[in-house]
Amino acid sequence: MREQGVKLVTMRAAIAAHVHDGDTVAIEGFTHCISFAAGHEIIRQRRRNLTLARMTPDLVYDQMVAAGCARKLIFSWLGNPGVGSLHAIRRRTEPAALVAGESLLEIEEYSHHGMVGRYVAGAHRLPFYPLRSYSESDLPRVNPLIREVASPYGDESVWAVPPLNPDVTIIHAQRADADGNVQMWGLIGCQKEAAFAAKRVIAVVEEIVPTRVIRADPNRTIVPGLIVDAVVCEPLGAHPSYVQGAYDRDNDFYRAWDAISRDAAATEAWLQEWVYGLPDRAAYVAKLGSDTVKRLRPAPAPSGSIDYGDYR
Amino acid sequence: MSSGAAASRNELMVVAAARALTGRRVCFVGVGLPNIAVNLAKRTVAPQMELVYEAGVFGANPARLPLSIGDPTIVTGSTATVSMHDLFGLYLQGGRIDVGFLGGAQIDRFGNLNTTVIGEYDAPLTRLPGSGGACEIAINAKEILVIMRQSRRSFVAELDFRTSPGHLRGGVAAAQTRAAQGWGGRGPTGVITDLGVYGFDEDGEMTLRSLHPGATLDEVRETIGWDIRLPSDVPTTPAPSNEELRLIREELDPTGAYV
Repeated sequence: MREQGVKLVTMRAAIAAHVHDGDTVAIEGFTHCISFAAGHEIIRQRRRNLTLARMTPDLVYDQMVAAGCARKLIFSWLGNPGVGSLHAIRRRTEPAALVAGESLLEIEEYSHHGMVGRYVAGAHRLPFYPLRSYSESDLPRVNPLIREVASPYGDESVWAVPPLNPDVTIIHAQRADADGNVQMWGLIGCQKEAAFAAKRVIAVVEEIVPTRVIRADPNRTIVPGLIVDAVVCEPLGAHPSYVQGAYDRDNDFYRAWDAISRDAAATEAWLQEWVYGLPDRAAYVAKLGSDTVKRLRPAPAPSGSIDYGDYR
Repeated sequence: MSSGAAASRNELMVVAAARALTGRRVCFVGVGLPNIAVNLAKRTVAPQMELVYEAGVFGANPARLPLSIGDPTIVTGSTATVSMHDLFGLYLQGGRIDVGFLGGAQIDRFGNLNTTVIGEYDAPLTRLPGSGGACEIAINAKEILVIMRQSRRSFVAELDFRTSPGHLRGGVAAAQTRAAQGWGGRGPTGVITDLGVYGFDEDGEMTLRSLHPGATLDEVRETIGWDIRLPSDVPTTPAPSNEELRLIREELDPTGAYV
């Protein structure tokens, strides 16, 4: 049972309690608010045989695959956004690049709308999500879980994707209260659907705020504490991805990862230096240094405030 | 590159793509060259255009060129920031997108695109990113424009994998399939390359519409893996204006990172 007031924990405790070998894990966030802090802690705790689901595996899953955490990937776009390939994952998907002793990853791929729809069906407890996509594409041929279904109301057919219910979904956001009522702005991707679809939810935030701050702006809440099992306060926990209004995407690092990840030994050395060799995210931020953090801070652009009215 | 220098082939491609957006209202944008083309169009031939990014933004006003499709600059100052369920369901599948930009590792003569694998799917020589939103954009945007550099590796007789359908195998069957399956769009209408501008004939096959200044028909034939249809008299793509080149060089891509 999810008890109130005891959810606020360290990342180490959250991962130890909620991410187990063999789990299906979704660290969601479309370019924005990707919990690298959680990914790194999963690597440090040496989880194995995970099925990793994400629309865009991004660097976080490239690093987790390189560290040997994954057995299978479920995704819709497999690249380094704006840069190129995810090379550690390519080494596990292209037979010619496979290192001796390694095996190919199992792959299950969709389109973006299909992947979003899988979380929607999972969250709504429905047997499938219907969409207009996949016609005359080779995708249903290589993924038999994408199926054509007849409309019950006419001659039309549409395509269906099955529900996805992760064992654990991990999201990152600007703020939450200690009970895990999460508020977020900027790109909200599919975090709400992925969280509601999951058996367990870890919410990672830049800042813990009093509940009255949440209640002063309820439209901003994307996930209620009702479905959150653990809340972790981890400033800069999404670096090298970004948090709207707090820090910019570290595009320099995304570019640098291209060269690092092309080389298996360089990738391993990076993991040693930046993940295994550090106890936690605070140490990572300290190692990142204040100059980098300063470079990533945007100038402010606050929204106007609105009036909800007082109706007593 | 300083203003006043002759247009490069990439600049010719970007300007031709921008001009293809004349009068369009709602455009689904990709990163890289499409992004520059769309932002150039907004400053020239289509000032009323709404930029839609698959990350969940309608009516973006990017203050810098985004490296990734989900850059924070597309959010600040936008008309609406929405969930991806809303973006793909309400905006794209709901029929609100006039034109979508796509590219790919391979295109065939009917505008079908491959962004998934080179080689066999189960044992690829090169694993590419996959569909992303491309498959449903190809089906649901009212029309598709493709921007790609020409080469024998990319303009191929047979795709290794069909990620996003275009005019299928051509002929009346392709149009019938679109109608019968309730697709929202009419498929690819233009392909803009570093050498020229292509359209599609009534039967869905790609044909050269104009050749960029400085490009030759020999170059066109050498970089396409099938016998490309050519008009009897090939027009030349109108050269970029000084203002178009200035916008690219000084405002949209001042460091020359993309063009």
